[in-house]
Amino acid sequence: MPGLLDGKRLLITGVITNASIAYHVAQVAQEQGAQVVLTGFGRLSLVERVAKRLPEPAPVVELDVQNQEHLDSLAERVGEHVDGLDGVLHSIGFAPPSCLGAPFTEAPWSDVATAMEVSAYSFASLAVATRPLLSEGASVVGMDFDARVAWPAYNWMGVSKATLEAVNRYLARDLGAHGIRVNLVSAGPVKTMAARSIPGFEELENGWDGRAPLGWDTTDPTPVAKSVCAVLSDWLPVTTGSMIMADGGVHATGQ
Amino acid sequence: MADNQEITAGLAEIIEEVAGVAKDEVTSDKSFVDDLDIDSLSMVEIAVQAEDKFGVKIPDDELANLKTVSDAVNYVQANSK
Repeated sequence: MPGLLDGKRLLITGVITNASIAYHVAQVAQEQGAQVVLTGFGRLSLVERVAKRLPEPAPVVELDVQNQEHLDSLAERVGEHVDGLDGVLHSIGFAPPSCLGAPFTEAPWSDVATAMEVSAYSFASLAVATRPLLSEGASVVGMDFDARVAWPAYNWMGVSKATLEAVNRYLARDLGAHGIRVNLVSAGPVKTMAARSIPGFEELENGWDGRAPLGWDTTDPTPVAKSVCAVLSDWLPVTTGSMIMADGGVHATGQ
Repeated sequence: MADNQEITAGLAEIIEEVAGVAKDEVTSDKSFVDDLDIDSLSMVEIAVQAEDKFGVKIPDDELANLKTVSDAVNYVQANSK
């Protein structure tokens, strides 16, 4: 049976452990026929080790989205492994401790600026950096957590995600003329390394399963990974600037 | 199966490589966080390397329970093939 992503060349950011959502996207994408290149940040040796556990061991290129030299040379370095890209996944976010779980009004701008740069502005940076490799019909996808409402503890990360949602719309506007789609997948809470570092993650995940019309398992990243792969595929060809909700349906329910 | 001492020595090598802690600092009663000053991402990297070296699976929930060097050594000994 042909795979959903047969022949697709994908760049996937955001793998740090094999619990990462990005790891599961890479795994499902390979199972569906894609060729995957990963980017790694900081702990390259860890990312490289984890990359070897994928069904097909994937090459890792270094990318710190706050490093302009990394961004400027990204297309060339990715180009050593693939001759173009049909899809890019942005699965990157960071906020200093003052921005997550701490009193909302006490976070200093310098910390908020870091959260915004790494978690929202970098979606645009990544699109610009990979633009020379993106073919017509390519799909750029970012990971979101519904930022249209305020959540417990999520604080300035939520503000950063709201910015990401706006960045998504503007990238979609500008890249549409080149046949490139830009969308976000808004996932329900998944227990990853990143989630574990959110003080108050339990408050976010509590009750999700009960509120979700389809139910929700915070320990299973595969449904989210499949949703991302669907958006990376050719089967949503006229969808851009959208948030695809992969949350069990929680967004549609009241309390 | 590797004995206690071999596992401790193997673990000490990994910890030195990942976290820069001298091998002779890694003794059974030491706490990873409080005594060896190892952060959570380093712990993940140590666990991933230990999985490769000893042929064990260390799920994240189990990793959180491994507070001391002897916790880790006992876990590896009990779970390696």
